[in-house]
Amino acid sequence: MTVAAMQRPPKVARQSSAEGVRLALSGDWTLVASHRLEEEGRRIVEEARLDRMVAIDLSQVSQLDTAGAWLINRARHDLAGRDVAVTLKDVRPEYSTLLEETHYRDFVAPSRPRFNVIFVLLADFGESIVDALREFYRGVGFLGEFVSSMMYVAANPRRFRLTSLVAQIELVGFRSVPIIVLINILVGGIVAQQGIFQLLKFGASSYSVSLIGILVLRELGVLLTSIMIAGRSGSAITAELGSMKMREEIDALLVMGLSPIEVLIAPRVLGLVISLPILTFIADIAALFGGMVVSWWYGGISPAAFASLLKEAIALHTFLVGIIKAPFMALVIGLIASMDGLATQGSAESLGRQVTSSVVKSIFMVIVMDGLFAVFFAAIDY
Amino acid sequence: MTSSSTPASDAARQRPDRDVIIGVRDLVVGFGDKTIVKGLNLDVYRGEVLGVVGGSGQGKSVLTRTILGLTPARSGSVQVFGQNRDMLSPLERRALEQRWGVLFQNGALFSGLTVKQNIQMPMRETRDLSERLMDELALLKLELVGLSLDAADKFPSELSGGMVKRAALARALALDPELVFLDEPTSGLDPISAAEFDELIGTLQQTLGLTVFMVTHDLDSLYSICDRVAALAEGRVIAAGPLETLLASNHPWLKAYFHGVRGGRLTAARVEQKDEQWKPAPTTP
Ligand SMILES: Nc1ncnc2c1ncn2[C@@H]1O[C@H](COP(=O)(O)OP(=O)(O)O)[C@@H](O)[C@H]1O
Ligand SMILES: [Mg+2]
Repeated sequence: MTVAAMQRPPKVARQSSAEGVRLALSGDWTLVASHRLEEEGRRIVEEARLDRMVAIDLSQVSQLDTAGAWLINRARHDLAGRDVAVTLKDVRPEYSTLLEETHYRDFVAPSRPRFNVIFVLLADFGESIVDALREFYRGVGFLGEFVSSMMYVAANPRRFRLTSLVAQIELVGFRSVPIIVLINILVGGIVAQQGIFQLLKFGASSYSVSLIGILVLRELGVLLTSIMIAGRSGSAITAELGSMKMREEIDALLVMGLSPIEVLIAPRVLGLVISLPILTFIADIAALFGGMVVSWWYGGISPAAFASLLKEAIALHTFLVGIIKAPFMALVIGLIASMDGLATQGSAESLGRQVTSSVVKSIFMVIVMDGLFAVFFAAIDY
Repeated sequence: MTSSSTPASDAARQRPDRDVIIGVRDLVVGFGDKTIVKGLNLDVYRGEVLGVVGGSGQGKSVLTRTILGLTPARSGSVQVFGQNRDMLSPLERRALEQRWGVLFQNGALFSGLTVKQNIQMPMRETRDLSERLMDELALLKLELVGLSLDAADKFPSELSGGMVKRAALARALALDPELVFLDEPTSGLDPISAAEFDELIGTLQQTLGLTVFMVTHDLDSLYSICDRVAALAEGRVIAAGPLETLLASNHPWLKAYFHGVRGGRLTAARVEQKDEQWKPAPTTP
């Protein structure tokens, strides 16, 4: 026994007699009939539009719902507009309330202003530039708030949330170690393989070791780690703060006289600032290890030879250049993630948008920062 | 037990001629090592408003979710419209689900859609209608639940608590269901809004011929719109029937509920009111 089998489709039958025109409606006048229902509603008007007087007979209607009643009422209204006098006949008592409640009314559609496509495109473009500038302005303000709340915490060390910080370091730092080790071993290996392969043409494959050392320590280690953390932890921070914002938890903090920056954001950003240099150090070692393994296996450079070549190629400052960048990257990632989280509006969609924008923006900013550092270190010849 | 209801006797004492829309038999539901619902029996008849009461955490929402098929039962059976969900093919199950509407405790409006789009969602997905008719029906439903038309293009986050409930009710009614589940529809509303909401449910029930399964904490709702009340405690229905029989019951929880500090005041007031209304009734035929 399926539901479809029990359905009687809605029908309109026209009967002319001495008393005048009668439209006999029958079947289920319900939404189940879908577009069939709409068509029959239109047929009422079509069948009767040339008459003077019409009686709509509802005695055969087996079921009626809001949609059916509305369509009947709409047809009555349309016919009245064509000077056709319509009466309803044999309305069952249980239908009459429904027919009354769904009497025809004009729903004035809120008119949407229409614009030219080019106009809209230009406006969007302008808006996005203004938004970007405004965002930058807000970002600077946010950084200021963060710094001032850190100063306050520094002056009142007992306000410092150590437990929360340790939890963040575990979440951001410790738990990221496996994935960071893995991708850095792979990338170190790939750089080594390409270096050896390309430099072999000049018979200088042993230079690949200095290529690996310098590239990994100065750039790749910190960049890969930052990008990974932006995707992994930045998105988590945005989502967490965003859903707290949606459920008014941030407002709850505010009315308790607590600062969300101090309670929620400081531990997260500090956790990032402490974790990222450590992770970068681990990433460096992993990438060098990957490079060493590939050099040995692919380029025939033994680990001992690799170590001594590496020692010649790099100095402490090579390593420091990479590590110094890490806390700044962390700060940028943490602040962007927090700011975007707090900018979440009520809907789930908005949360999704903020998480995406946070990740995209922080990866972009990480690369921009890296470029700025490159210029800076070149200028001071470090 | 005084008024413990075996369904058969309950049905017989009630109106034996009425269709059973929801039949719950020996239902057991639990999570982990906790059993929440322990062998529950309940019947809901066509065209009635059944109020389900019970203390917080007694499993009213769990029972509702189990009837809706959202929480699996350990044992026992649930029949809705005379059909057991578990025996149905996916297609039949979907057809069954289109015959009921649900108002969740917190509304559960889709936050990324406007109120109008929320109401149109079930129509759009399951019916083939013109945009014009869908717009008209959505706005009609909006009017039926007492929201002004400018709420149509608002997002759920821009609505007050009462408006969210009304909008969610409009969505639950989108396909003109025969059966409506309401989980604490008036909780979180001020007394005036709550009374209006009760009235609204009553009117809609009469206009649309609905069967209503309503979980509630609100004594006022019980008095004003429920035809029958089922009381949940210890994982069972301890009493089901017209409010008067529950008021007369000796079960300790029911006594505390209806004749305790808050319930008592209201019950006394209501009984007085009813007496006054009732006295002149026999004189006018
Ligand atoms: N998904 C779940 N997992 C574990 N326990 C649950 C779950 N849902 C509800 N419960 C428990 O079931 C009991 C009844 O809950 P509920 O039906 O929500 O109560 P109420 O009667 O207030 O609506 C509570 O003790 C609750 O902790
Ligand atoms: Mg509940």
